[in-house]
Amino acid sequence: MENLEKILSEHPFFEGIEKAYLDILAGCASNVRFEAGAYLGREGEDATSFFLIRKGKVALEIRTPQRPPLVILTLEDGDILGFSWLVPPHLWRFDMRAVEPVRALALDGRCLRRKCNENHDLGYELLKRFAYVVDNRLQATRLQLLDVYAAARS
Amino acid sequence: MAPAPHRILRVKRETHDTFTLTLEVPEEAGGEFAPGQFSMLYVFGVGELPISISGDPGVPGQLVYTVRAVGKATGSLVKLRAGDWVGVRGPFGSAWPVEAARGKDVLIVAGGIGLAPLRSVIYHVLNNRDAYGRLTILYGARSPKDLLYRVDFRSWSRQMDTHALTTVDHGDLRWRGRVGVVTTLFRYVRLVPERTIAMLCGPEIMMRYVCAEIEKNHQLPASQIHLTMERNMKCAAGFCGHCQFGPYFICKDGPVFSYERMKPLLGIYEL
Repeated sequence: MENLEKILSEHPFFEGIEKAYLDILAGCASNVRFEAGAYLGREGEDATSFFLIRKGKVALEIRTPQRPPLVILTLEDGDILGFSWLVPPHLWRFDMRAVEPVRALALDGRCLRRKCNENHDLGYELLKRFAYVVDNRLQATRLQLLDVYAAARS
Repeated sequence: MAPAPHRILRVKRETHDTFTLTLEVPEEAGGEFAPGQFSMLYVFGVGELPISISGDPGVPGQLVYTVRAVGKATGSLVKLRAGDWVGVRGPFGSAWPVEAARGKDVLIVAGGIGLAPLRSVIYHVLNNRDAYGRLTILYGARSPKDLLYRVDFRSWSRQMDTHALTTVDHGDLRWRGRVGVVTTLFRYVRLVPERTIAMLCGPEIMMRYVCAEIEKNHQLPASQIHLTMERNMKCAAGFCGHCQFGPYFICKDGPVFSYERMKPLLGIYEL
């Protein structure tokens, strides 16, 4: 368990978090590995956890009928993957495919929700950190929607 | 100022719609330029258009331009072949602040065809490697098939003390690189604000987002951020007024400006 706390504390997402919270979070964490090509989750499946990527690259894909999947974002070392564990109905919104072999920490969503309900300070701390990531991804998505290079001139 | 005829030495296809032309500089023309400057290229019988110089300032006797075919004049320009002639006026405009950047880390952020005006400053830094600190190059394109200068980019990423990252807005299953807009690359970058000079080129909206990211999340002051602006240019000498942007003429006062000067103007929709 001590090892997981150390890994959690070294991940950018938990930078500067109180040690007491790390102890609680480590109780919900486990080491996971995925080979290249494996899916960390598929659209519509239960979002039982979120991932702190330690090494490797994951593509978020949207499936569209009669077309190849569209990759909308890649995530890699130091990134976090997955918000759906937070929001009902707790189902993945994308396919998440390992582009390279991936090492990550998986944090169990049910376990985390229970601990956040018991300890609102922990819940607030986690939500602040998630809100920062969600805000950045929302901004990036807005820029992506603008398709800014389509009309660029030399 | 009349265009001087230059012979095309080579035309290289970079992507499905973008080409690089290498012109031979006549002896009397000189051909010297500073990274960031542009020329007016005249396609005989068609028209004249401003194109940034994208070649190595350390290689004399030639001028290199990368052109994306988006209209009549650019479409005609990229149809020319080795041995054909184009008219050249220039070089014109302000340059990237390579002297002010001496001894500092250099951050290059490019979007799409915006890598072309920055390639000459990348060459300059690499040609004078000891004069500069860490070189970081962040490059975003629309899709994998739109990525420019792939061979250069591989070479840059192998250079010592150089961090070159690329991303595309939309990927497919064959693409094994990064997907996400260029601002997402800042997650993988650590900047030292007091010793970093940033140089940006890309669509104006992209530069606004990047400037906000650099200022807000990396604490780089606006005076240390430089960007190249684009407006419709005709005379290239500040006479005709086509490229007026607030109190500035892009052709004469720019195209390279500090963000400190541009910041109050970038949010004005009417400009």
